[in-house]
Amino acid sequence: MTEPTDSAALTRLTAAELAARIHAGEISAERVTQAHLNRISEVDGAVHAFLHVDTEGALDAARAVDAELAAGKQPRSALAGVPLALKDVFTTNGVPTTCGSRILDGWIPPYDATVTRKLREAGVVILGKANMDEFAMGSSTENSAFGPTRNPWDHDRIPGGSGGGSAASLAAFEAPLAVGTDTGGSIRQPAAVTGTVGVKPTYGGVSRYGLVAFSSSLDQGGPCARTVLDAALLHEVIGGHDPLDSTSIDAAVPPVVAAARQGADGDLRGVRVGVVTEFAGEGYQPGVLSSFHAAVETLRGLGAEVVEVSCPNFEHALPAYYLINPSEASSNLARFDAMRYGLRVGENGASAEEVMSATREAGFGAEVKRRIMLGTFALSSGYYDAYYGQAQKVRTLVSRDFAAAFERVDVLVSPTTPTTAFPIGERVDDPMAMYRADLCTVPVNLAGNAAISVPSGLSDEDGLPVGLQVMAPAMADERMYRVGAAFEAARDAAQGGSLVLGCPSVPGTVEPQGSGA
Amino acid sequence: MTTMAETMDYDEVVARFDPVLGLEVHVELSTATKMFCGCATTFGAEPNTQVCPTCLGLPGSLPVVNGAAVESAIRIGLALNCDISPWCRFARKNYFYPDMPKNFQTSQYDEPIAFEGWMDVELADGDTVRVGIERAHMEEDTGKSLHVGGADGRIHGASHSLLDYNRAGVPLIEIVTKPIEGVGDRAPEVARAYVTALRDLLRALQVSDVRMDQGSLRCDANVSLRPVGTTEFGTRTETKNVNSLRSVERAVRYEMTRQAAVLAGGGEIVQETRHFDEGSQTTSAGRRKETAEDYRYFPEPDLVPIAPSADWVARLRETLPEKPAELRKRIQQEWQLSDAELRDLLNAGAVEVIAATVQAGATPDEARSWWVSYLAQQANTRGVELAELPIGPAQVAKVIALVNAGELTNKLAREVIDGVLAGEGEPAEVVAARGLAVVSDDSALTAAVDEALAAQPDVADKIRAGKVQAAGAIVGAVMKATKGQADAKRVRELILERCS
Amino acid sequence: MPSISRAEVAHLARLARLAVTEEELDTFAGQLDVIVSSVATVNEVAAEDIPPTSHAVPLTNVFRDDVVREGLTNEQALACAPAAEDGRFQVPRILGEEQ
Repeated sequence: MTEPTDSAALTRLTAAELAARIHAGEISAERVTQAHLNRISEVDGAVHAFLHVDTEGALDAARAVDAELAAGKQPRSALAGVPLALKDVFTTNGVPTTCGSRILDGWIPPYDATVTRKLREAGVVILGKANMDEFAMGSSTENSAFGPTRNPWDHDRIPGGSGGGSAASLAAFEAPLAVGTDTGGSIRQPAAVTGTVGVKPTYGGVSRYGLVAFSSSLDQGGPCARTVLDAALLHEVIGGHDPLDSTSIDAAVPPVVAAARQGADGDLRGVRVGVVTEFAGEGYQPGVLSSFHAAVETLRGLGAEVVEVSCPNFEHALPAYYLINPSEASSNLARFDAMRYGLRVGENGASAEEVMSATREAGFGAEVKRRIMLGTFALSSGYYDAYYGQAQKVRTLVSRDFAAAFERVDVLVSPTTPTTAFPIGERVDDPMAMYRADLCTVPVNLAGNAAISVPSGLSDEDGLPVGLQVMAPAMADERMYRVGAAFEAARDAAQGGSLVLGCPSVPGTVEPQGSGA
Repeated sequence: MTTMAETMDYDEVVARFDPVLGLEVHVELSTATKMFCGCATTFGAEPNTQVCPTCLGLPGSLPVVNGAAVESAIRIGLALNCDISPWCRFARKNYFYPDMPKNFQTSQYDEPIAFEGWMDVELADGDTVRVGIERAHMEEDTGKSLHVGGADGRIHGASHSLLDYNRAGVPLIEIVTKPIEGVGDRAPEVARAYVTALRDLLRALQVSDVRMDQGSLRCDANVSLRPVGTTEFGTRTETKNVNSLRSVERAVRYEMTRQAAVLAGGGEIVQETRHFDEGSQTTSAGRRKETAEDYRYFPEPDLVPIAPSADWVARLRETLPEKPAELRKRIQQEWQLSDAELRDLLNAGAVEVIAATVQAGATPDEARSWWVSYLAQQANTRGVELAELPIGPAQVAKVIALVNAGELTNKLAREVIDGVLAGEGEPAEVVAARGLAVVSDDSALTAAVDEALAAQPDVADKIRAGKVQAAGAIVGAVMKATKGQADAKRVRELILERCS
Repeated sequence: MPSISRAEVAHLARLARLAVTEEELDTFAGQLDVIVSSVATVNEVAAEDIPPTSHAVPLTNVFRDDVVREGLTNEQALACAPAAEDGRFQVPRILGEEQ
C-alpha cells in the first residue's frame, strides 16, 4: 500500500481506509487529524461548513487514540482515530453549540449528547461543529444566523439543508465523516446535492438525547459519509438503545456494516425494488429523472426485480409535514426565553415578559419565527382538529402506504430531491418553493422508517449531483445499505470512480496505487 | 379589608344562594427522584443543586418517566375508586412563565391515568358526603421564584426575581372533584373535610408527605353560587394560595359571602383566579389577563404512551392500605374505645396518626398518650392539626422506642420531640446534638457518685453503716448534677457498690 | 379557508412571545395565509375513522427506576445564565400571575 505523503492526499481517503492505516500503525491519528485541520483552514473560508473548529480538542482526542494503539491496545472501534464533523445541533460538553442561531450564541453546554458521547467513546475525532439552517429549519443552510454554507460543486449554489455544513464538509474533503439530523430530509437532501451519502435511520435507532429538538416526533440523527460502507461504520458507532431517550428502540443496531459489505458484491438477485410512481412529473428536473431512471436500470442489471408501486397518500405528506414540524417546533423552541441561558436583550427596566419577547424577536431568524407562528396557529384552540389533528391522520395514511408497499417489495426507490442544487438566494422569499425540496424525503420521517441517499450521477442540464433515495421498512435499515452499496459499486465501476471525486474542489493529486509520488 | 358592602352575612348567603364547589388538589409525590429525570426531590436543599439538563430545560434534554410515580398515580386512582386508563399519554400544556424551564408543562390533558371515582367524606357530626372524583392525572411541578424588592416578597412591586429549579419536575398528581352540589350551608365544612380525608388517604398510601405548610399538598378552591331553587351553575372563581385545612374552610366561606354580595348588588361574578390572604382571611383578584389563555395542548412526542396492564393494576390494588372507615372500625375494637372516645380522637384528627405510630412499632396506649397529650398541646399552641405538626408517626414511634430502651426518660423524650418540632432533624440526631441520652456510662456516673458522697459525708457514713434507705439523698444529688440524664437505677447500684 | 388577519397574527405573536414589528405582521400575515391554504389539502384526505399517529414507533411503558442520578452542580447550572444571584437565576420582574 502506498503511503499518501502529503496532507491533502490524506483527506481524499475514505473513513474505512483511514481507519485501516491508523489501526495498522502506518499513520498516526494525529497526522490524519492535522491533515483535515489543514484542509479546513485552506478551504473553509470559502465553503463555511464549520461554525466552530475545535483544534485542540480534536488533536487531543487523536493523540489519545495514538497512545492507546502505541500501548498495544485494540482500537476502541472500527472508526477510532477518524475525524468527523458534528452538526451543531448536538450538545458538546465544553464546546459551543449554537444550532445556527443567534439566540444560542455563546452557549457552552454542560453535557454531551448521547451521540457525542458515543463518538468520543469510540475514539472518533470531532473536528468541530458543522453549519446548519437555524434550528434545522431549512433546505439550503441559508437560514444559518452565521452565514450560508456553499456547495463545493458550485460556490454560488446551496449545499442543501438543514445539514448543509455536514454534507459540504464531506464534499470539500474537510472531513471523511459527519453526523447530521433528518427531520424532513436534512441528511438526505444535502447528501443528494453534494454527491455524498446520507442516511436517515429508523426513528428511535439513534438517540435524540442532546439533539436540540426541532420536531421531536420526526427528528433523527444519522451518518453522513462519502461511501455507503463509511456511513454504515458510523451508523454502528452512533446507533443503539439509550435509556435517556424514551423513544429509543430497545434492540440491537441492524447489521448495516455486514449489509454494506454484502451489497458491494453487486448481486441483487431476489431483491424486490419498488419505484414510487408518485415521485415524478411536474416539478422534477429532467436531468434528475433521467439519472434516476438510469439508476433503476442499473439495479435491474444487478438482478433486482423492479416493479412500480403506488403510494397515493405520499402527495399529502408534504402538507402534513409542514403542519406537524412547526407545531412541535413552536413548543420545543419556547424554552429559548432569555431566562436561564443564551441571549438576553432589552433589559432596561423591562419586565420578564417583555425581555422574553424582545429576545426571541432579536434572536430568531425569519424562518424560525415563521414556523413558530405557523405552529402556534396550527395548535391553537379552534384550529387544532383541522390542522394538527388532520396532519396526524395523514401520518397514519402514509404509514399504511408504506406497510402495503413493503408487503410487495423489499425497498422503495425514488429521486432524493426533485432538483439539483439551486442558486443561493433563489428561494429565500418563497417558502413554499423552498419546502418542495423535501417532497420525496418527508414520507419516511412521517412514518418513522429508514432511508438512504446515494449519489446516482450528474444531471444532464447542469452537471450537478443527483441522489438516489432507497427506503426500507422500520428496523430493516440493512436492506437499504445492501441495495445502496450494490448500486454505488456498480456506478463507480462504470464511471471509473466515486462521484464525489469529480467535485471541482477535490484536493491534491491522486496518485494511483503503486505509482509513487 | 372587609367592609359590609363587600360581603353578605353568612346566614343570608345560604338562605338566598346554593353554593357549588370544585376542589383541585395538587399532591407532590414523595418519590426519591423527579417525574422525568433522576434528580433528587429533597425538600429544603440549597437552590439549584438538585437540577440537571432535563429539569432545567436545557436544549437537547429529554424526559424519561419515573415508573414509581406512575405506580403512585395508579394506587391513588384505585384508592379513590377510579377507573384506571388502559392507555393514556402525557401532553404539553404550552404557556410562558419563568418558573417553568421549558415554557410548557408536561401534564395529562384529555387522557388522565385515573378517572370517574369517588370518596366518602365524614363530617364532624358523623354524616357522610360522597364526593365525586372527576380525574387524577400526572404532571410536573414548577420551580420557585423569590421576588426581590417588593413588599412581603410578593410579585407586585418587585424589582426582579430569583429562580430556583430544585422543585421543577417534582412529580405531582392533580386530583379534581366533580362539582360538589347540594351541601348548602355546610359547603365550607365539606371542603375542609374532603381535603382532610384526602390527605389522610394519601398519607395512608405513603405516596406523599402531604404537608400543606411545605406545599406538598396544595388546594385550589372553585366556588360558584346560584339562586336557591335553580339548577344552572353560576360563574365560578378559583382561589389559590390556600395553605392549611383551616384556610380551605375560610376561603370557601369568604368567597361565598363575597360573591353573594356582588350578586345581590346586581353585579356579575368575573371568572378569575383569586389569591387567599392568610393575614386578612380574604381573597383578592389576581391580575386580569389581557388575552384568554390558549394552552395549545398536544400529545408529548418525547414520551411514549402509558398502557398499564390489568395484571399490573391488580398487583397495585393489593398494595392498597385499609380504607380509613374500615381502619376506624377496626381500631375501635382493638383499642377498646367507646363511640364517644373514638369521636374525640376523630375530631382531634388523631386516629390516623396514632394508627400510623402503632404501625411503626408503638403500642396503642403509648401512641395515644403521646398524641392526645403532649403533641396535642403542641398542635394547639401552633394552631395546626396534629397531622400538620412537623413530626410524623414514624418519628414519634422512634422516640417511644428510645424511652422503652431506657435511653430516654419521659422528660428527655419531650425535649427530643421539641427538637424534632424545631426542625433539628430526626430523633437520633436531636439526642446527639442536644446531648440528651440517659447517662449510663459507669465512669461518668461513678465520678458523680463519688462527688456526691464526698459532699455529704454524714449520709455516706449512714449508708456504709447499712442504712440503705439513705442512698435516696445521694441518688437525688447525682440526678441533679447530671440534669436528670442519669439512669437512676444504675446510680443506686453504684452508690451501694462504693459504700460496701 | 380562513384568511389570517393582521390581528390574528398579532395574537399568535403574543402567544408565542415574539415582539414582531409592524412590517413583520404584514409579511407573516401574507406568508402564513399562503402556507395555510397550501396545507389545507390535509383536510380533504383524512376521514373520521382514521386514527391519528402521534409517535413514529409503537412503544409503550418506557419507565425509569426511581434512583437518584447525579445532575449538575450549582456552578454548572448557572454558568451560562444571563444573570445570577445567590445561587439562583436572576430574571427581570415578572408581571403575570403564577399559573
